[in-house]
Amino acid sequence: MTTTTPPVAMAPAVPTARVAKKRLTSPWASLVAIAIAVLWTTPTLGLLITSFRSQRDINRSGWWNVFHNPSLTMENYRTVFKPGTANDLSGYFVNSFVITLPAVLAPVLLASMAAYAFAWMHFKGRDLLFVAVFALQVVPLQIALIPLLKAFNGWAGIGGSYWTVWIAHTIFALPLAIFLLHNFMKEIPAELIEAARVDGAGHVRIFFQVLLPLITPALAAFGIFQFLWVWNDLLVGLTFLGTNKQPLTVFIGNLVGTKGSAWYLLSAGAFVSIIVPLIVFLSLQRFFVRGLLAGGLKG
Amino acid sequence: MSSAEKIGQMLVAMAAFAVVFAVIMFLADRIKGRSADRVQAAIFVVPALLLLTVGLVIPAIQTFYHSFKDADSKDFVGFDNYHKVFSDSTLLTVLGNTALWVIIVPFFATAIGLLYAIVIDKSRVEPFAKALVFLPMAISFVGASIIWRFVYAYKPSSRPQIGLLNEIFVKLGGSPQQFLINHPSNTFWLIVVMVWIQAGFAMTVLSAAIKAIPGDIIEAARLDGVGAMGMFRFVTLPSIRPAAIVVLTTIAIGTLKVFDIVRTMTGGQFSTSVVANEFYNQSFTISDAGVGSTLAVLLFVLVIPVVAYNVRQLRKADAR
Repeated sequence: MTTTTPPVAMAPAVPTARVAKKRLTSPWASLVAIAIAVLWTTPTLGLLITSFRSQRDINRSGWWNVFHNPSLTMENYRTVFKPGTANDLSGYFVNSFVITLPAVLAPVLLASMAAYAFAWMHFKGRDLLFVAVFALQVVPLQIALIPLLKAFNGWAGIGGSYWTVWIAHTIFALPLAIFLLHNFMKEIPAELIEAARVDGAGHVRIFFQVLLPLITPALAAFGIFQFLWVWNDLLVGLTFLGTNKQPLTVFIGNLVGTKGSAWYLLSAGAFVSIIVPLIVFLSLQRFFVRGLLAGGLKG
Repeated sequence: MSSAEKIGQMLVAMAAFAVVFAVIMFLADRIKGRSADRVQAAIFVVPALLLLTVGLVIPAIQTFYHSFKDADSKDFVGFDNYHKVFSDSTLLTVLGNTALWVIIVPFFATAIGLLYAIVIDKSRVEPFAKALVFLPMAISFVGASIIWRFVYAYKPSSRPQIGLLNEIFVKLGGSPQQFLINHPSNTFWLIVVMVWIQAGFAMTVLSAAIKAIPGDIIEAARLDGVGAMGMFRFVTLPSIRPAAIVVLTTIAIGTLKVFDIVRTMTGGQFSTSVVANEFYNQSFTISDAGVGSTLAVLLFVLVIPVVAYNVRQLRKADAR
């Protein structure tokens, strides 16, 4: 970054025309930036404001009227959390957590083990297997969905339980997780691992005491990825789980089907489902972006 | 099942998983002798490989097999399902829509992401500006669909509009539109949602690529009197090419598989369905396992050329 600033001695060499040009182009750049930022933010803002307006106001005027006629209420949020009603989404909110946490923990542990073996252990067919795992990233989960569903309902005998989504999300996450964590582990200097070996440490100790602490940022990055992916998933939750176990996305999606114009319910419901990933994302943005830049293809 | 029971089950599952993991690791550490290395390697990789084989590879082969069988997966029908997918007028519309999605979404998401990355580069509010556009990435497709359904909301012209887009239309002197119902434009209004979500991803990766361009190259071009457009054309674009290809292909693959947006916005009605949504329809609503499997296979086949292109371009970039 330091090289981008020209040394002071070079300043006279900069033609004045370029300075003038820069002044001409930068207002345009700012305008484009603001236009895109506004376009990208307004839809969400509109729905957020709507979620705080009364049912009557929502149907009678656009949300932008709130700026000259402000009247906000928490009523919609109270409605979507009213116990015992058909619109109560608190149960689904719990479901989303119950589905997500194990579905993050399991692939992180399994993938870090496999990634360690692919990066630092020697065994026959290692490179070939790694390429195979890498290639599995591109398999769309649709192609495995129905046989997996049949297996869960059939011989596995766990149809409709949380185990189906925990296992399915774990499997679908493994190729990318192994690939990402392998790349991070490979970057660790070989001398460090050799030194540990010379000291008499076995693979298990090296894995826990050397590798895992060093790749914590990568584990966090993948963990956040997986959290957002599972929390936001619709297809797996919709097809594998019974009615009272389904995640928030399924509930909100169905609400559109039955009450597609009940914006007081939809807007509040949508923001309840958005708030958790948003908190995770905003508080851990740094790791998330890092993981994004390290990964190639998302499965 | 009450919420407390559910959370209890979750904690038990996580604890059980952690204990099994710890025991396996403990045993692996005990293994000594000549073949210790090999056994330990197996302990590290076999759980993941086993899951992938049982949960991904074998099911995929089964789906491929079912695509040659009838709606109940009983009798073999040869290529009948494939023939149906490529001749039935409804399914042809689905294929056409998918093609539109896969061409338009990556192109616009990448172009907008790149434009934004360039205009906010080195601005004082860059992290904040980035977060604004990146935020939709954290929102579920279902959440994003609801946000946009509201933008597109329609009311008859006699009543005040509550959807922003129709309000703008009316203010400009037009009449309110049923954006999600009017074919063929409705597919484009759905595509907007996916572009909105993916642009942030493109922006983040491309912004990092732009920052990685060596400063001396930029300085040399500047001293040669290269203007803003020339800088983009001869310095920025060639430098970020590999990153742009990864972004384009990643978005293309994600777009092929997306079904949540179509399902939540229109349910695939009004000729807006895409392959991934039609797969769900055929498999779960119509219960035609044959056509459902065929669409899943098709999805897989469509991904391959995109990935192949990606790998080839990256190889080329490496060779340079």
